[in-house]
Amino acid sequence: MNILVCISSVPDTTSKINFTENNTKFDKNGIQFVINPYDEFGLTKAIMLKEKFQANVSVITVGDASVEPVIRKALAIGADKAVRINMHPMDSFSTANEIANYVKQNNYDIIIAGKESSDYNSGAVPGIISEILDIPFVNACNGLSFEGEQVNLSREIDGGIEKIQTKTPLIIGGQKGLVEESELKIPNMRGIMTARTKPLEIIEATTTNHLTESIEFEKPSTKGECKMIDENNISELVNELYNVTKVI
Amino acid sequence: MSITVYTENWKGKFRKSTFEAVCYARKIADMSNKEVKAISIGEIDENELKKLSNYGANTIISYTKVKKNNENGVAAIIKNESENSNLIIFSNTFNAKSIAPRVSVKLNAGLITNVISEINDLENISVKRQSFSSKAIESIRLKSNCGVITISPNAFSVVENVVSSNLQVKEDELNSNISIIGKDENKGKISLSEAEVVVSAGRGLKGPENWDMIEELADCLGAATACSKPVSDIGWRPHSEHVGQTGKAIAPNLYIAIGISGAIQHLAGVNSSKIMVAINTDPEAPFFKAADYGVVGDAFNVVPKLIDELKKNNNN
Repeated sequence: MNILVCISSVPDTTSKINFTENNTKFDKNGIQFVINPYDEFGLTKAIMLKEKFQANVSVITVGDASVEPVIRKALAIGADKAVRINMHPMDSFSTANEIANYVKQNNYDIIIAGKESSDYNSGAVPGIISEILDIPFVNACNGLSFEGEQVNLSREIDGGIEKIQTKTPLIIGGQKGLVEESELKIPNMRGIMTARTKPLEIIEATTTNHLTESIEFEKPSTKGECKMIDENNISELVNELYNVTKVI
Repeated sequence: MSITVYTENWKGKFRKSTFEAVCYARKIADMSNKEVKAISIGEIDENELKKLSNYGANTIISYTKVKKNNENGVAAIIKNESENSNLIIFSNTFNAKSIAPRVSVKLNAGLITNVISEINDLENISVKRQSFSSKAIESIRLKSNCGVITISPNAFSVVENVVSSNLQVKEDELNSNISIIGKDENKGKISLSEAEVVVSAGRGLKGPENWDMIEELADCLGAATACSKPVSDIGWRPHSEHVGQTGKAIAPNLYIAIGISGAIQHLAGVNSSKIMVAINTDPEAPFFKAADYGVVGDAFNVVPKLIDELKKNNNN
């Protein structure tokens, strides 16, 4: 079994978000970058499949050299090989297109991505890859198991959970439930040492075609002062909600 | 020329977010002298379909024999129906997020998700979208001739705008590349991502057995229930209720946070709410810096009082 895990390097979830160059670029100054939390569930799942089926696990990312510590971490957690496509990701389409081009030249039974990245939140890359490669796509996937050629999955839908069967090759947009939070793998010293000698292949991007363009960023307007209400005067709160802000 | 809208129903009734999407399309159509073409997938009766014309759909095309969870097939239908369209609008639901990327590739169209601003110029589309888990808003421009956008639920209002409409029911059947073999439905009646009021609770509730009062409060308000990450991690509540950076991002009119301290990751998922109320025993809880109203007090004391007051108001 060959597994490809798509990894996005994102700011740690506790990061304060700021922008530079007239609010056109994300300010990386002082930011700790981590594996996108949704990708982390998928990576751990891939390592578990490796242990169960002797699968080969490759990880792929699209970015400049600054994202390498994050993919090295994926190798330290247990992936066999890493691929970095050397391109600044311009939009979901160009990122997905590069990954799809790589997949076309290699055979994978399953491609595991996150349902979205926690920075740009587009949630578009795995769906675009599925269309380019014409393979099944299971988004918001929270359960995955293999029985021979058959793949059993579950996914979150608006209003519940759906159980799905399909065949390889396929792509998923993963989230919690693929594995639980407590099962997430942390690199140990041996993993970190062996990661240094595992292959990290750098591939030049094949295209610069992108369909959308980021113009600038702003921060949401800050709230006014919080109005404190005495716990013995809850009728005042209800009055505020009914008659002042009229939200109920 | 027309603007295409994907309309989504749940058990034969259109979602509120679908009406938001139709209204959103109507506004652009009026401005640019175009028509709105709505595409409905799955079994639904004609009376429900005609509701789309109350919000501005000129053409309603219903594929009753195709299931919406056949996203691969639905994307092909939308592509075929969009030959005279250069803008396809979805609401940002799980279903749409499985279809819209496929449509964007088929039409060589840029895809913009989580849109929170209107389109003022159809020839030169630029919009604002939520990014960095609601910690930032990104302005983004479309470079392609055709665009696919998904709009955030609750970001746009539903306004009646009755137009005469033409309904076509199609009998096409399509194979799917996935088989649906089962479904577990959420217990709550109200969809969390579409809810106008959300009542959410955290570890301050001390145990899953204490959620009765949270559900009672939600009932009084017609609200959906949600929870913090630790509560879903320890299994007190289902993961589908987890709001925050690695759970759902929501934008209700009113968000009531009970026994949730307000960590940055939690606030990231809820700070698009119009009004936030925090109830917490700790006067230093970070949520009080983000909320509009705060009550320092024990949930077990404050929540029953709040339920009583709301019931008094409901009776008047």
